[in-house]
Amino acid sequence: MATRRISSLLSRSFSASSAFFVSQGRKSGRGRSIHRFSTAAVLEEPITPPVQINYTQLLINGQFVDAASGKTFPTFDPRTGEEIAQIAEGEAEDVNRAVSAARKAFDEGPWPKMTPYERSRILLRFADLVEKHSNELAALETWNNGKPYEQAAKSELPLFVRLFHYYAGWADKIHGLTVPADGPYHVQTLHEPIGVAGQIIPWNFPLVMFAWKVGPALACGNTIVLKTAEQTPLTALYVAKLFHEAGLPPGVLNIVSGFGPTAGASLASHMDVDKLAFTGSTDTGKIVLELAAKSNLKPVTLELGGKSPFIVCEDADIDKAVELAHFALFFNQGQCCCAGSRTFVHERIYDEFLEKSKARAMKRIVGDPFKKGVEQGPQIDSEQFEKVLRYIRAGRESSATLECGGDRLGSKGYYIQPTVFSNVQDDMLIAKDEIFGPVQSILKYKDLDEVIHRANATRYGLAAGVFTKNVNTANTLSRALRVGTVWVNCFDVFDAGIPFGGYKMSGIGREKGIYSLNNYLQVKAVVTPLKNPAWL
Amino acid sequence: MAGRRITSLLSFSSSTATSVPSFGRYSIWGRGISRFSTAVAAEEPITPPVQINHTQLLINGQYVDAAAGRTFPTFDPRNGDVIAHVAEGDAEDVDHAVAAARKAYDEGPWPKMTAYERSRIMFRTADLLEKHLDEIAALETWDSGKTYEQSANVEVPMLIRIFRYYGGWADKIHGLTVPADGLYHVQTLHEPIGVAGQIIPWNFPLLMFGWKVGPALACGNTVVLKTAEQTPLSALYVSNLLHEAGLPPGVLNVISGFGPTAGAALASHMDVDKLAFTGSTDTGKIVLGLAAKSNLKKVTLELGGKSPFIVCEDADVDMAVELAHSALFFNQGQCCCAGSRTFVHERIYDEFLEKARARASKRVVGDPFKKGVEQGPQIDSEQFKKILKYIRYGIESGATLESGGERFGSKGYYIQPTVFSNVQDDMVIAKDEIFGPVQSILKFKLVTNHPKHLDKKKKPLSLALIDALIDNRNLDEVIQRANSTRYGLVAGVFTQNIDTANALTRALRVGSVWINCYDVFDAAIPFGGFKMSGNGREKGIYGLNNYLQIKAVVTPLKNPAWL
Repeated sequence: MATRRISSLLSRSFSASSAFFVSQGRKSGRGRSIHRFSTAAVLEEPITPPVQINYTQLLINGQFVDAASGKTFPTFDPRTGEEIAQIAEGEAEDVNRAVSAARKAFDEGPWPKMTPYERSRILLRFADLVEKHSNELAALETWNNGKPYEQAAKSELPLFVRLFHYYAGWADKIHGLTVPADGPYHVQTLHEPIGVAGQIIPWNFPLVMFAWKVGPALACGNTIVLKTAEQTPLTALYVAKLFHEAGLPPGVLNIVSGFGPTAGASLASHMDVDKLAFTGSTDTGKIVLELAAKSNLKPVTLELGGKSPFIVCEDADIDKAVELAHFALFFNQGQCCCAGSRTFVHERIYDEFLEKSKARAMKRIVGDPFKKGVEQGPQIDSEQFEKVLRYIRAGRESSATLECGGDRLGSKGYYIQPTVFSNVQDDMLIAKDEIFGPVQSILKYKDLDEVIHRANATRYGLAAGVFTKNVNTANTLSRALRVGTVWVNCFDVFDAGIPFGGYKMSGIGREKGIYSLNNYLQVKAVVTPLKNPAWL
Repeated sequence: MAGRRITSLLSFSSSTATSVPSFGRYSIWGRGISRFSTAVAAEEPITPPVQINHTQLLINGQYVDAAAGRTFPTFDPRNGDVIAHVAEGDAEDVDHAVAAARKAYDEGPWPKMTAYERSRIMFRTADLLEKHLDEIAALETWDSGKTYEQSANVEVPMLIRIFRYYGGWADKIHGLTVPADGLYHVQTLHEPIGVAGQIIPWNFPLLMFGWKVGPALACGNTVVLKTAEQTPLSALYVSNLLHEAGLPPGVLNVISGFGPTAGAALASHMDVDKLAFTGSTDTGKIVLGLAAKSNLKKVTLELGGKSPFIVCEDADVDMAVELAHSALFFNQGQCCCAGSRTFVHERIYDEFLEKARARASKRVVGDPFKKGVEQGPQIDSEQFKKILKYIRYGIESGATLESGGERFGSKGYYIQPTVFSNVQDDMVIAKDEIFGPVQSILKFKLVTNHPKHLDKKKKPLSLALIDALIDNRNLDEVIQRANSTRYGLVAGVFTQNIDTANALTRALRVGSVWINCYDVFDAAIPFGGFKMSGNGREKGIYGLNNYLQIKAVVTPLKNPAWL
């Protein structure tokens, strides 16, 4: 039962680690004697994904339709770089069609005019349908994205279902306030849906990002135009189809597959879109916000990049810290905005930590993500693949010590060896830029003030890991770190109720939890005079 | 006592109408000041009972000259004369101010003090403001041209109220503990963001100071505030009182200066963590663009409006006339939330128009320091000319000029209270924010005929349902017209019918709906816009969100007694 827990599946911590690691961690690797850094797994014929691709068109107003231009684009299998399918390529005109469908479903109903209970039931039915189809969805997610099937099936699909149950429960619990006035007035606030929400999601967690965006928007009574990443258009189309099966009225959720500069930009600058939520890189986030500023000032939430510190204090349990630091960086092929990509280790335990980290990385099982026991699949595409290799070269040239890895793995697809650098200095590129790949940078520190200062000396402020047994150290670091999430003795805990988002240039606003509702609500104050009030 | 209530002073409503005598029409009748009289304006301006002691920039607790040594004049809107020369802050001064604020934030003492200590400094500030109320009010009127009675009886008391309100919040900012899906202890910390840049307008210099500075300080942030170049004086004065009350140096820095220089430098500063702006929608877009291009600082915007004031056929016409008048003409019409589209139901349109015109004609315009005066000059020659241009547009577009329409007197920036009738939705005066004493009255219709499409239906409908449909069709027109604007700041609704009130309240896409009242600005009531009227809410509990970052903190639990 413990292994089925959602949080323990996606996250690792002392309390949840034992159950999880057995199921897909190093023990299973040893048990099956898959060679470390083995190209064998990669060179084998790719396993055929157990799923059909049925949906490749745009979803507008409840119908799957071709792009207005008739154009399509290929989507690829990262294991081989081969084409999986041709997808309808949405552009400005398709975004216009999708926005007007969403506009109509919002302005004329039925969505915001249904009772919250009805909306809630549709979300619950949808969650049930996804659960029913979760094997196919997990296969599709892995096929299109390259993440291990076990991760997709055991972590991400359950998390997806969990998020929709969570937001379904919110739909009928969105309360306004009554407000104490300074005179004889009755004051209340209404928390209203904003209207048409434009949402742009990335390729690293296609389904989970879908849920973070779509869940709160629909629970609050908004309608949606969602643009998926061009690398991973498939799963969103599949689940959107299930959503309509669950009773979602046409026009409430529209999906446009396509590219950022065309479909994304026209969504961000659309005059009839009332709200924009974007997850992606900081540079693109700046463009998106500017487009909103230049067009109609739609409120924008941004969830952007990070260069998150993972701080191992001298009193930490080293073995656990090594395992979690490894996980914090390498999880999802290192393609996490919140990756613990600066591993700060106290000088007294640095040597031991480094030795064990290197050993752990060398044991990491890389291979076909459909294969049982594989921990790391390919990177998403050739662009990312090249970029990661470029950063590895930059690391070598900057005189950081390459402890292991450092090359591609195999000759096909976008596999990269788990790579560890030691002796990393703060001013090196690999300690400053978001690499978004399986490259761990280990840095040494002496005292708490120093590590606080260094951890905060970045334009980012997304997350931090803190490893210590001392409550004072934990409290000091928790307050001093300018980040949206502090994981103390754990990492990547993504429960539905925990808000996630960035300080500084890591973003604006929070997703998940009660805080995420604010992103999709307008506050309206309503004031009327009181005649002879019994109380004020 | 009722006359001193803050709400009743700033707002007019049926229940508080008795307080109107304090600066409403009764006082005019009683004192026999001639309407539209140029006599008042032509008289020698009354000398303001206040000294100007602070004209420099306030950086790190010190009044200092601008780095460049430059100054700019600030004017008396009654005659256009120079009041004082004020240090002109530019990018370098903004850098100094941000560095001081950064230090006061990063090294303390401000965010490292207890919330209770911060709260006490804010309470002491409120007490000091109260003590100096008369001088502050005089300074505000001198620099902005608003009536002294409004400054002294409404705005400075509201500033004091805001500081007490947010002083009370300082030690009540709670994070949450969060139910987890596993063996974790989850909590959220609501932390100050850091250095807040704030840019405020000239129409309510002190109130906007209160709306911005109050929540920022209560949440533990430090501030660099840029005032409007038209009205730099009162912020410098009250900031001195904040320091007298114990505010540490660097926590609040005030830069006088211009938008394209000081304002732009603040909006694009890489060390500013948060920006709050109140002003026009066009400038708001620029400000947000600068934030996007620089460091993605979080931005709240409180921008323009073209707010509908809807008078239904069952409204009390006299009361509606008076409130529609105050909704538009209050503060010389220089309110972002001015009720600048007066929609009147056709059945009462003629009566309403006649009374609205009569009321405007009785409005007392003159030296804002003079007792009983309801309307002072516009803020400056630029606004003055812009408003006169809009009045010309109104005349040229075929709207009927019912009263006013010209400047008032020959000195300063006084404009006659102006009323247009027969205004159509597509006229410029019905679309643009005029920001002056120009009321546009529009007619909306009643659909009395039985809806034809219902007759064809074979399914019998209850009378009640038909009535409801007729009512809805009736309201549909005015809802559609009221909403067809890029703005969405506020709306006024006049009706005695609770169904009409409820239907309009939900349908209007605006941040505040005032039903049978207007301009009620209690500290706890959130204020802000839908659509292109802005992002975020100020005042109330919602105002705190603008100045807080949320940090989630997660630790594993060992053998928890409960989950």
